[in-house]
Amino acid sequence: MHNSSSIENPVISLKGVNKWYGDFQALKDINLEIKLKEKIVICGPSGSGKSTLIRCLNRLEAHQEGSIEVCGIELHEKMQDVDIVRQDIGMVFQSFNLFPHLTVLENCMAGPNWVRGIDKNEAKERALSMLKHVKIPEQADKYPEQLSGGQQQRVAIARSLCMQPKVMLFDEPTSALDPEMVSEVLDTMIDLANSGMTMICVTHEMGFARQVADRIIFMDGGEIVEQNTPEEFFNNPQNERTKTFLNQILS
Amino acid sequence: MFVDTVIEDKSLHKPAFLLGLSIAVLAFFFAFNFTNTIFGEFLSPVIGNPPESGFFGRLVVSFVLSIIFVLNLLLISFARLKIQILIVWIELFFLFLAFAYSFDLELAYIFIGEPSKLWLMISKGLFTTIYISAVSIAIATAIAIVGAIAKLSNNGFAYAIASFYTSLFRGLPLLLQIYLIYMGLPQLGFMIDAIPSGIAALSLCYGAYMTEIFRAGIQSIPKGQWEASRALGFKFGLILRKIILPQSIPIIVPPTGNQFIAMLKDSSLVSVLGIWEIMFLAKKLGAKDYNHLEMLLTAAMIYWTLTIILEMIQARIERKYQQKT
Repeated sequence: MHNSSSIENPVISLKGVNKWYGDFQALKDINLEIKLKEKIVICGPSGSGKSTLIRCLNRLEAHQEGSIEVCGIELHEKMQDVDIVRQDIGMVFQSFNLFPHLTVLENCMAGPNWVRGIDKNEAKERALSMLKHVKIPEQADKYPEQLSGGQQQRVAIARSLCMQPKVMLFDEPTSALDPEMVSEVLDTMIDLANSGMTMICVTHEMGFARQVADRIIFMDGGEIVEQNTPEEFFNNPQNERTKTFLNQILS
Repeated sequence: MFVDTVIEDKSLHKPAFLLGLSIAVLAFFFAFNFTNTIFGEFLSPVIGNPPESGFFGRLVVSFVLSIIFVLNLLLISFARLKIQILIVWIELFFLFLAFAYSFDLELAYIFIGEPSKLWLMISKGLFTTIYISAVSIAIATAIAIVGAIAKLSNNGFAYAIASFYTSLFRGLPLLLQIYLIYMGLPQLGFMIDAIPSGIAALSLCYGAYMTEIFRAGIQSIPKGQWEASRALGFKFGLILRKIILPQSIPIIVPPTGNQFIAMLKDSSLVSVLGIWEIMFLAKKLGAKDYNHLEMLLTAAMIYWTLTIILEMIQARIERKYQQKT
């Protein structure tokens, strides 16, 4: 196989990760390996630690025990090159977090131009082509607040993609959207999945999970309770907590 | 304040309120007895010689005054909002002039002399005041940015120095700071002129206040902006320069404008160092002939005009930022 090594080596690996907020343990002994091009969906009840987990993957949150390795670099308190790692890990937030003082185009150009050192014209070209990918090239000169929630989230996805990341993290990307806008964002994510991107998504959209995920991870109380292929996960859940959760959200 | 869509009847148009108001106004004018003022003289055909008119005179004067006052309010209440505001402004301004006029001033005094005193106030005093304030506000802004970042940093030294600085310079009266700098620094061997020490005192004092304004402005930017920037791989300096500070400017501008206006007036305190700014000249020029009030009023008018201009500039800047975001 011509690039078996990159497929076999995990891009992200977590070993024995524990995290506390004061006395409260948010993550308990997390062990996880994610391979290139894999699509992972993380679900679980609120407070189960799924957002905390995904935010540890680009060191927006700190873990206290265990090791997290991303693209071959270990994340820890004293690392020098956290911004290098972050440049390769795109992240999409529940609340979009677009830069309100910059236009849509400038939002997308900022990363490549300011940190990748790509010149303005090229950054602009790349931004426009990404905006085309997410199907809103005509909004390029508007400010974020002039767009609908769904459009803003698609800009946020385009902004991350402009950095040409190796991995994309999605932290409940559709939870803050009006119901009629959820599908436009999910469609964008499905396109992205089909293009071969490595994706880790915290989401409650089970239809999306069924369609896209290679693996579904169920978390509860800070632990990974169960992980399986979508088919097994939905049709044959093993753990009682998984069954209860699925009953609650699928009924 | 956000106006409701339902408009209440104007209280001035309710008879009971009008009656109550008239009685209160009447009581006020009666209590303060305007018989021996210009109003009493106007009414002398009715009440005779004002000082001898007694209870009857006092009642007539206060009755007439309160009628004029309430009628005036009633008439204004029918005008459109903008006209109302204009009329009230003009009336209050005339009251202020009347107050100044009652000092029995020799207003021509400010035009006497070669060059005239007014021209001296403007050419020398106004220039110096603006110069000192502008330099001080520029330095204070630079101090404030550094101070705000230091106060928000995790560095113990930076935080300690910045918080000690703001505590000290917000804790001492500006006048005292001016003296301390002007007379204290030479003790350390630094000879310092009056104008630089005035500027230093104003910059340090207002830098301390503005540090707090900038800190609050930076802190008001949601955490998500930091996270999104970090997730893109931006470093601290870049995030601050390109993402956080540009967004805090619209929040910082209004209180900073207020600080600038306040500083402009507080620059009068450096007159104690003998700097020829507006206040110093007003005291000096008036003292010669004991015409203090004439010159002080002139200074007052110059300061007031300046602040009105600054307020207009501030409003324009605020509008610009509102349009953009």
